[in-house]
Amino acid sequence: MYVAVKGGERAIDNAHAWLAEERRGDPAVPELGVAQIREQLALSVNRVMAEGSLYDPDLAALAIKQARGDLIEAVFLIRAYRTTLPRFGASRPVDTAAMDCLRRVSATFKDVPGGQVLGPTFDYTHRLLDFKLMAEGKAPVAPGEPVEPAHVPHVTGFLNRDGLIEQEPVSDEAPGDLTREPLELPANRALRLQSLARGDEGFVLGMAYSTQRGYARNHAFVGELRIGTCCVSMEIPELSFAVEIGEVELTECETVNQFKGSKTEPPQFTRGYGLTFAQNERKAISMALVDRALRWRELGEDNSGAAAQDEEFVLMHSDNIQATGFLEHIKLPHYVDFQSELELVRKIRAEAMKANEEAADV
Amino acid sequence: MSDYNFAYLDEETKRMIRRAILKGVAIPGYQVPFASREMPMPYGWGTGGVQVTAACLTPEDVLKVIDQGADDTTNAVSIRKFFQRTAGVEVTEATAEASLIQTRHRIPEAALTEGQIVVFQVPIPEPLRFLEPRETETRKMHELEEYGLMHVKLYEDIARHGQIATAYAYPVKVEGRYVMDPSPIPKFDNPKMDGSPALMLFGAGREQRIYALPPYTKVVSLDFEDHPFVASKADHDCDLCGASDTYLDEVIVDDQGGRMFVCSDTDHCRCRREAGHVGRLGVAA
Repeated sequence: MYVAVKGGERAIDNAHAWLAEERRGDPAVPELGVAQIREQLALSVNRVMAEGSLYDPDLAALAIKQARGDLIEAVFLIRAYRTTLPRFGASRPVDTAAMDCLRRVSATFKDVPGGQVLGPTFDYTHRLLDFKLMAEGKAPVAPGEPVEPAHVPHVTGFLNRDGLIEQEPVSDEAPGDLTREPLELPANRALRLQSLARGDEGFVLGMAYSTQRGYARNHAFVGELRIGTCCVSMEIPELSFAVEIGEVELTECETVNQFKGSKTEPPQFTRGYGLTFAQNERKAISMALVDRALRWRELGEDNSGAAAQDEEFVLMHSDNIQATGFLEHIKLPHYVDFQSELELVRKIRAEAMKANEEAADV
Repeated sequence: MSDYNFAYLDEETKRMIRRAILKGVAIPGYQVPFASREMPMPYGWGTGGVQVTAACLTPEDVLKVIDQGADDTTNAVSIRKFFQRTAGVEVTEATAEASLIQTRHRIPEAALTEGQIVVFQVPIPEPLRFLEPRETETRKMHELEEYGLMHVKLYEDIARHGQIATAYAYPVKVEGRYVMDPSPIPKFDNPKMDGSPALMLFGAGREQRIYALPPYTKVVSLDFEDHPFVASKADHDCDLCGASDTYLDEVIVDDQGGRMFVCSDTDHCRCRREAGHVGRLGVAA
């Protein structure tokens, strides 16, 4: 006798045990430590922190280890953990102008106050496999000398002074919180940026790339890209003043985009903005391009029908945890709905074939 | 027991979900937006249902979880285990014993009773979604009770196929007002919603929507006078228990394409066999 799908419970337990064994890999190879991941796979850790919306390198490294290096799975672990955390309050806005920069470049000016600082970047490396890394060697040491933290003003501020770039309206309005309120459309810019900041790097990159290739083209210059640490401070109600509670590494990208002017605005440059946790350049630049494309309405531009201009399309599909969950759920049993389709197709087919036969008989 | 709050979610979140549920109950069939949380299982795997269940569960509840009508399918096992671990509630496979039933893709065969809650897992809560992909548009259509597009779709089905070519997630109209997606249950189950004495709650986690059918709500499957709705099923009896009035799964049993039909509701089938009913391929209990 057929015993339909019995044993689900044992199958799950066994699958989990097997997964745990596979995660460890060959026991003859030393186990990877969380600290090793945090220090040596830092860019993976950064991505997990950015898309997981939780700044904690140790937890991100743990998630990567647990997820066997699957970064979307690691983001998922972080997100699921994050939702269980109590909220004590909100920090004050971070002042990125006061960032202690380890990298800062501007593509729009040859030199700017605060200087061009390449920092630790892959940019001009030749992408040749370095076989020396297969052997364990001494830790490389970069030459350097201590410098005084420089004052590094925002590059777009210089354009602002001449009225050549749009003024950003200042607002003290508390931004919405995507994780506490359902997203309702149309969303304001703060919510859009929040959504992009935790959006999938690949998705945001693809959207940004599409604008460069002509789908809602709006040529972007990297006015400034800066990476460094910023202080986070919080007002403690009992103290009635702000206290520094820590620091975070951030990547900020401001683009300067062409704008011909509209009925209401004179010709001037416009802005795109990207901000992510930690060193995440590709994501921050992509975010700035997509942010700019999504601003067509407020700038009085035409909607060219491009995907990157479509707020609902971008915001509803950028979250990789939502996307991967729904995509992978089609692995779940669907035999009840499939059965109903099967019967429907059989019935429609039978009627169609009968009609064909009758037509042939005539 | 774990260090998590009862039924995993914190009390504030549960309160937020309960408010959405109450609003849903007050406006049957209306999709209430709610701030869905990331759960420790993936979106699309029942996170909406799990959050609704978590918000409704009390320590005295007896929980039943089914997927495709069965208590023993992998995801049903996983969700049941989750609540055993985080809420420590009693669980059962018997429909009649359960005070709360979380389900995916089926409504149990046994008649539901007053005081029971059925929680449906919903992938796409918007019945108009595949006619109009934009949420901004579909919300407007519901507001204006503008359901012409849906009727045109059903009409085109009839023109093309001679019948309405929707076999599951068959749209219904609730209390003469909102068109609602009943989740991907086979249309065989649709009549069970009409005037049900149980409270029916629908949770869509990824899409952040909750909606509800309070007990004894009028639920009508959309149709036309000359093409009335038919709750269809496979034209067989259950090969294990002989039931002729239950929804059946078709199972391929050999390389030659031989097949058998069995009740999709495993608890119902078991009860019938224990009561002495024997189907074509069954053995007497």
